Amino acid sequence: MRRQFPLALCFIAGLFMAIQYFIPHPTVQNFYERLLIWLQTLLAFAFLLGTVSLVRIHYHKIKHRADDRGYSWVTLFALCLMIGLGFFSSAHHAQGSPFDMMFQNVQVPIEATMFSLLAFYVASAAFRAFRARTLESTLLLVAACIVMLGRVPIGDMIHSSIPTATRWILEVPNLAAKRGIMIGVGLGMMATSLKIILGIERAWMGGGD
Amino acid sequence: MLGDRGQSGGIGRRAGFVALSVAVAALFLCPVAVSAQEEVETVELETLLPIAAPTGLLAIDTPNDRGNSINVTWELSADDDSGGIVAGYEIFRSAHPETGFVLAGRVPFGVTKYRDSDVDNSESIYYKVAALDVDRSPFFSGTFGPVEASIQWFNRSRTGTMVAVIIFVLSIMYFVAAARSGKNLFIRRLAGLDEMDNAVGRATEMGKPILFISGLSSVSDVATIAAINILGEVAKKTAEYNTKLIVPCADPIVMAVEQEVVKEAYAKAGRPDAYNDDDVFYLTRSQFAYVAGVNGIMVRQRPATILYMGMFYAESLVLAETGSSIGAIQIAGTDAVTQLPFFITSCDYTLIGEELYAASAYLSREPILLGGLKGQDMFKLVAAVFLVVGVIAATLTATGVIESNFILPLLATG
Repeated sequence: MRRQFPLALCFIAGLFMAIQYFIPHPTVQNFYERLLIWLQTLLAFAFLLGTVSLVRIHYHKIKHRADDRGYSWVTLFALCLMIGLGFFSSAHHAQGSPFDMMFQNVQVPIEATMFSLLAFYVASAAFRAFRARTLESTLLLVAACIVMLGRVPIGDMIHSSIPTATRWILEVPNLAAKRGIMIGVGLGMMATSLKIILGIERAWMGGGD
Repeated sequence: MLGDRGQSGGIGRRAGFVALSVAVAALFLCPVAVSAQEEVETVELETLLPIAAPTGLLAIDTPNDRGNSINVTWELSADDDSGGIVAGYEIFRSAHPETGFVLAGRVPFGVTKYRDSDVDNSESIYYKVAALDVDRSPFFSGTFGPVEASIQWFNRSRTGTMVAVIIFVLSIMYFVAAARSGKNLFIRRLAGLDEMDNAVGRATEMGKPILFISGLSSVSDVATIAAINILGEVAKKTAEYNTKLIVPCADPIVMAVEQEVVKEAYAKAGRPDAYNDDDVFYLTRSQFAYVAGVNGIMVRQRPATILYMGMFYAESLVLAETGSSIGAIQIAGTDAVTQLPFFITSCDYTLIGEELYAASAYLSREPILLGGLKGQDMFKLVAAVFLVVGVIAATLTATGVIESNFILPLLATG
């Protein structure tokens, strides 16, 4: 029963989700919309699970005096502070509220900093990828140079055909490869979904028979 | 007298001058006055003239919908030249062909269709459309009707998709049955998955953990489910080798599922005691906070092997480059086409697109799963054949080599 019930539930829900795509009848569509609302509700409860997990792991780190327990103190302090500001300050979503101030002046700049690191990582990754050691990497290097030059005004100034070549690279070989991958991805998704609905693929339940 | 005469003579001259001036002015001004009068009359005539009513009114039940909707179409008024004297159109409906018409909707000039989504199903309705002039005076078309809105049980525009899905399902079921009957199915080698054993072994030898990242998407994403399937296989191996497996999650539901999957895998490997709930944990939903957390784990715990499986966004390169900087062996698998170049650049092995979905079957080597994989390949072959035929047919038709009223519409609906 521990195995059969989730499998049966998965089969019924999966089958319904597949069939509803072809049936515009309000009975079916209303139920589909209701299921989506249930999913949202489930997600809201799931955050409680996440918070419990977060608190538990950092509590254990502090309790067992782990080497990096300093980060756990910061995490738990920040969590409690934001929960406190959210619960106990009135109109916490209002502009200029303490909650909003903390979000706008701490969270947003820190995230922007992490995002801006991407520029440096792109440079280091490009340096590694563009070393012309093989035919493939040489082709990649040449294509990248043409595309980069074609996207800026200096490319056109060097030669008027560079932007045209850029467009061709992006719209013909690049797009063809992308579409090939996407067709494979689409079929892979369908196959995986089907295997799960039919109970052939059970690894999501921890495998087993 | 002289004075009087002179005065009267002066008055008379003045009067004559005035009369002359008026006559001259009248001579010059008269055409202007006449033309102004004509303009006024023309404008009045234009506004008074009736504009042509719209023609060809047609109302049909909206196809393939959930009811309560009628599509109304008409031909433009002959006076509608986009911005001329037709201001727009008003659509009226009534339950009676002669009386009781109420306004259903309004569209600007140049528009020839309107969807009336406020009608009761199975109720006979009549429609009229009026072209509005600049004074908003309506000039009605004839009445069309009766027409009834109805609910459809099947979306016929998706017939092609349904046929393809049925063929796909049959193809997979056939090969699963073939696999069950013991037929040997050939699956090409995937270097990234072949390397999985070595990657786990390497971590074991180095006494370092394995970091498994299942992307930032939720459990409703098929890529995440594929990642969870792979995690189950990886967890079996780490349980066998007694290697620590760290799984930081960006979604609480994914975390709950992954905890169960890893726990089951450890139990199946006969090492339920080795499982630790704290190794599969929730980090955060915030994209770059998650990156910061995972990068911190990488730098502090220095895992020997990092596996990136699932859906990734802009964080992929930051994660993979940090992993590369600590010298970990990295295997990635994603269906995010835009992130693939970053993983290919920074990781040792990358599963491209559909290979991510094949990984579970490939790793487990279960015949039934391999059968599903084979069925998927067979359908892909059929799709490729259709694609090639379609391209050839479209090219030949477009270049005029063949004339076809059949192939192109068939391809368009397919």
